[in-house]
Amino acid sequence: MRFGVVIFPGSNCEQDVVHAVQHLGFEAGYIWHGDTDLSGYDAIVLPGGFSYGDYIRCGAVARFSPVMAEVIRFAEAGGPVIGICNGFQILAEAHLLPGALLRNVGLKFICKTVNLRAEESTCQWLDLPAGTVVRIPINHNEGNFICDDETLARLQGSGQIVLRYCEADGSRAEGGSAPNGALDDIAGICNERGNVFGLMPHPERVVDPLSGGTDGQHFFTAIARQLAEVG
Amino acid sequence: MATPETLDPKLAPQLAVELGLKLDEYEKVVGILGRTPSVTELYMYSLMWSEHCSYKHSRKALKMFPTTGEHVLQGPGENAGVISVGDGWAVAFKMESHNHPSAIEPYQGAATGIGGIIRDIFTMGARPIASLDSLRFGTLEKPRQRYLFEGSVAGIGGYGNCLGVPTVGGEVYFEEAYEGNCLINAMAVGLMREENLTRAVAAGPGNLVLLIGSTTGRDGIGGASTLASQEFDEKAEDKRPSVQVGDPFEEKLLIEACLELLDAKLLVGLGDLGAAGLTSSASEMASRGGVGLDIDVTKIPAREEAMKPFEYMVSESQERMLAIVTPADLEAAQAVCTKWGLRSTVIGTVTDTGRFVVREGEAVVADMPAATLAHDAPIYDPAKERPAYLDEVQAFDPMKQLEHPEGVEALSATLLKVLASPNICSRRWIWEQYDHQVMVNTAVLPGSDAAVLRIGDTGRGEVSGRGIAVSTDCNGRYCYLDPYTGSQIAFVEAARNVACSGGRAAAITDCLNFGNPEKPEVFWTFYESIRGLADACTAFGVPVISGNVSFYNESFGQPIYPTPTVGLVGLLDHVTDHCTMDFKDDGDVVVLLGKTKAELGGSEYLNLAHNKVAGRPPKVDLPGEKLLAELVVTAIRTGIVRSAHDCSEGGLGVALAECCIAGGVGARVDPDSTLPGVAALFSESQGRVVLTVSPDHYDALKQLAAAHGTACEKIGSVGGDRLVIGGLVDLPVEQLREAYEPTLERLVHGGASS
Repeated sequence: MRFGVVIFPGSNCEQDVVHAVQHLGFEAGYIWHGDTDLSGYDAIVLPGGFSYGDYIRCGAVARFSPVMAEVIRFAEAGGPVIGICNGFQILAEAHLLPGALLRNVGLKFICKTVNLRAEESTCQWLDLPAGTVVRIPINHNEGNFICDDETLARLQGSGQIVLRYCEADGSRAEGGSAPNGALDDIAGICNERGNVFGLMPHPERVVDPLSGGTDGQHFFTAIARQLAEVG
Repeated sequence: MATPETLDPKLAPQLAVELGLKLDEYEKVVGILGRTPSVTELYMYSLMWSEHCSYKHSRKALKMFPTTGEHVLQGPGENAGVISVGDGWAVAFKMESHNHPSAIEPYQGAATGIGGIIRDIFTMGARPIASLDSLRFGTLEKPRQRYLFEGSVAGIGGYGNCLGVPTVGGEVYFEEAYEGNCLINAMAVGLMREENLTRAVAAGPGNLVLLIGSTTGRDGIGGASTLASQEFDEKAEDKRPSVQVGDPFEEKLLIEACLELLDAKLLVGLGDLGAAGLTSSASEMASRGGVGLDIDVTKIPAREEAMKPFEYMVSESQERMLAIVTPADLEAAQAVCTKWGLRSTVIGTVTDTGRFVVREGEAVVADMPAATLAHDAPIYDPAKERPAYLDEVQAFDPMKQLEHPEGVEALSATLLKVLASPNICSRRWIWEQYDHQVMVNTAVLPGSDAAVLRIGDTGRGEVSGRGIAVSTDCNGRYCYLDPYTGSQIAFVEAARNVACSGGRAAAITDCLNFGNPEKPEVFWTFYESIRGLADACTAFGVPVISGNVSFYNESFGQPIYPTPTVGLVGLLDHVTDHCTMDFKDDGDVVVLLGKTKAELGGSEYLNLAHNKVAGRPPKVDLPGEKLLAELVVTAIRTGIVRSAHDCSEGGLGVALAECCIAGGVGARVDPDSTLPGVAALFSESQGRVVLTVSPDHYDALKQLAAAHGTACEKIGSVGGDRLVIGGLVDLPVEQLREAYEPTLERLVHGGASS
């Protein structure tokens, strides 16, 4: 199992992802944003950071990187792709996932560990039973997910909502549990096929127990199991 | 040799004074040159001989600091100091002020402060792995102070988060003394392999001078002289054009490109362009290497039209680096820059003349001995005089001269008030705006005593088991009441914070913030602070490896509190042997190491309950502090310590409350009953730590403490959901939390202080 981690200028979580998957015993390699060869990788990770400085809409420049045309091809062929934080923003800008990520409601950057509830979904990157609560840090200024009503109904109806912000007991607070104001408390969504997954929280930060937990391991082990079954 | 067009000898002295030089300093420049300077030369000397760049008032006093020791690889004098941390790893660190820019434009001032200190770190060949920020503002009742506080925090986050360097710690105080002159002290830490230590030296005549990064504009012109080296008055707003604007994305690319260039051994030397821009970095690199430089300003990529040569030379445009490369490596070096999307331009050559020559095309516009810029600034021995206010404030006896609350009800209410104080309360509102986890090496997150980081380059799969603990500390109030003792308290508190996290103190950096050194009373406080800090360092065997002096922190003639901020780095042989402050399990024994004395001078209680900043600060016992730190680290390493927390501002009452809030659990304790209630709870006696151990391990701790000659008293046990301090306090932990957590957010939004 070999993860390919894309580096855009301004990415800053690529080394964390590589450390996380290596900690779990998988292989990893870096893919420069100017490269267009994804051969040799079983799954692609778009890591967090500030691609191209994110001085205009987050991810709006990165989607035009040479590597993204290949990532889109890889995803359309069913290859597993995960976008974490800035990676999620890039997937949304590239239309591999619906919706958009607006500025947090409080207009402040938020770095803290939050409770997340696994939902019943088609996502290949998570195989936890629905309702399981995991604790994973978020770290963003633009994580306020939004989409139109029709898209929301489709996400809800076809099992594309993968993770929701929630309270410690898994319930959702009246008025929302999302610290960033995200619609329907959405923290992570996948495409219909379930191979492309975008989430604002940083699972790679809670893989090695030294940095505060192990709840992030599920995502990387789930996709590895999924690929092993298919392969 | 062509002589530059010189100024009119009659007008030159006047311009010199306008640029911040004194007349005798101007005469010295004329003496060095043997003629009237050109306008470019005058600008260059005025900046390099400014207080900010030359340390002309502080240099002699700073000689009191010990600067060598077993871990030191690089002491003061470079962009940052470096210590060895074992297994071939080394860390570089330094703290620097960005006070005046932030007082005018908080977001950009604070942001570019981070940018500058981070560049100092990777210039040494180290990857920046952490930053900490020590902040001081006026009280938050004033809208302007809220703007400065909120803007500075946003600027630190906006810049640091983008870089992918975790902001892991720091401190903040709100005092009227900082109202007209806030303090933004930024510390950065970097990691490298020992063999990659790089110095900012120009060498090899014939080698090329390569400018990497941003274009050069008129921003920040005169930042070091007109902004950093003068007091504020009603014209402060006019100085806004001297504040630079940061581009963290460009800096992130610079970090990656420069580390790649150093890794590939493509550079002879590397320096960053900070205060005084190209003039400073080029002249310092040349003088360290004993060489000359020949630079043509028309080669420098400009962001504005019709810039004058002096403007190129003194611009403080951010995110620029100066590299020395051999002609043979130029192509490869430029290819690395291009890969990272960075400009790189050859702007000159290294010469063997020892002279710094600046050209505009063919015309020479400046020509001077390079070393005179960096080294020949006059060194002053300023007059010092003990300030008159000291007798009055020190004569005040808080125990005798005031009425104090008594009984559980009044003391509980007072504890809640102290917990909610802006100077004590939770800093969560701040650090949740900072990415404190990126690089996945942060083992102890903000909110405990010190940050603990694993040593390792996770991206390359090189993870070691070692760690460092880092803390910044300084209570300016103590320094105001007694600068000698106050600066020692800054040191011992940092040492206790690091010890409580499991680290053994290895070295410090400092950021010395004071008023106008030309005033004898101000200089006395500076001198005494340095003496105190130097004595503390010597007693601990801990050297000063880098630092920064920031003078002229005054507004309308009033100096700030003397604020010698200490940034202390400690070492952990095993990063997993760290400790946090939160109480853990029911039944754990609560232990107080050290003794509480009736010391309310300068305390937060005195300030809050009586609106007084007076008295003598708590006494410091340096040998006792050193033994205490060794005891705590040893106990943590043996694995018996469940929690450890420094007992300092707010006293034992606050320390116990913080342990309860962090752990979400209560405690019942009965401390020394011979002291009056306020002293037992709020005395800020030094040399104290609150530890918990399981009951089975208490005897072992007691023996260890005896071996270290440290008082060790079992004062209670963890459990329940209330904090009960016998006869003094009885409060639910939830109520403590409600007092402690929301203060900053409420005040920022204009709410009243409780």
